[in-house]
Amino acid sequence: MAANKQKEGERVFKEQEKINAELFTLTYGAIVSQLIKDYEDIEEVNTQLEKMGYNIGLRLIDEFLARSNVGRCHEFPETAETIAKVGFKMFLGVVGSVLPNSWNAERTEFSLILEENPLVDFCELPDNYSSLNYCNIICGVIRGALEMVQMRVECRITKSVLRGDDVTEFKITLKERLTDDIPMGDD
Amino acid sequence: RQMCIRDSINAEYGVFRTDRSARIRRERMIFNFYIFSRNGTCLYYEEWNIPKEGRTPKAIQEEQKLMFGLLYSLRGFITKTSPKPCETFTYYKTSRYKLHYLETPTGLKFVLNTDKDAPTMTDELKKLHQEYYVEYALKNPLYKLGEPLGACEGFNSRVINFLTSHPEFKRRVVH
Repeated sequence: MAANKQKEGERVFKEQEKINAELFTLTYGAIVSQLIKDYEDIEEVNTQLEKMGYNIGLRLIDEFLARSNVGRCHEFPETAETIAKVGFKMFLGVVGSVLPNSWNAERTEFSLILEENPLVDFCELPDNYSSLNYCNIICGVIRGALEMVQMRVECRITKSVLRGDDVTEFKITLKERLTDDIPMGDD
Repeated sequence: RQMCIRDSINAEYGVFRTDRSARIRRERMIFNFYIFSRNGTCLYYEEWNIPKEGRTPKAIQEEQKLMFGLLYSLRGFITKTSPKPCETFTYYKTSRYKLHYLETPTGLKFVLNTDKDAPTMTDELKKLHQEYYVEYALKNPLYKLGEPLGACEGFNSRVINFLTSHPEFKRRVVH
């Protein structure tokens, strides 16, 4: 399954319009710096980054579905591979990996690692900002995107290169599968 | 061979047939296009080639609600009764029109009604999703998700242009 997804990821990436990676990295850095200046409280910045990501994710999922040939994922592990191999490749140009040992018994929680992360290039975190989740926007994107396909998840960063780890690691937990609520008309 | 026998019988009994070469004229048409959100809001509606009598805004709104209800029920019915597992349907056809359908995993429903002999419009629906909805509505920062798309000028004008200049939009087909 992973091999198919990887091929799909590469196909989609080839067809995508691309922008300059440094421009992207530096723009993101500027956004985070501005948020810190505006909010001053690091926890608040984390929340805002996640919220921004959430709003991006709500829209990003449609573009993702339109451009890739990925249909509905039948199980959560398939969703995980799709995010890692196709999603990240399509939008960030890097491929993530799902850690096979990170699955819980019910298959509702997994860890995804990014060995390369374009967002954190050139970035150093000063000591007084050690609680900043610099890549929190990605957590929001995953949450927003999956909500639009009927999954409520929680995503948090468990390892960060800015804090000395060698990879960026996200822990994603499926909380609930949402069902369609059809509004009953008055007729 | 069947034709020959029939002709000879006709010739024998002097039955007047209408000229076998009488051409059947048929009109290819696109009638209307809907986009529904997951919760039933009609995000977009345009119609063409339909006589205007009795089409008050209220009537059109009722029709939209009816259409959504039908699609929701139909899809549910089809997926439950299908002998092989399936997720959705592509079109249905009546003696008067053909309804083409595309549903995205995000719950967006794209509906195109054409005359009954139109070819499948799945590619057109996919294009409407990918090249028009994604590019001009989703990526428009002023467009709020879930709101009607009529106000989204870029989207509106391009969709109308795309559908009205489509070869199936309105043409006489001669058989």
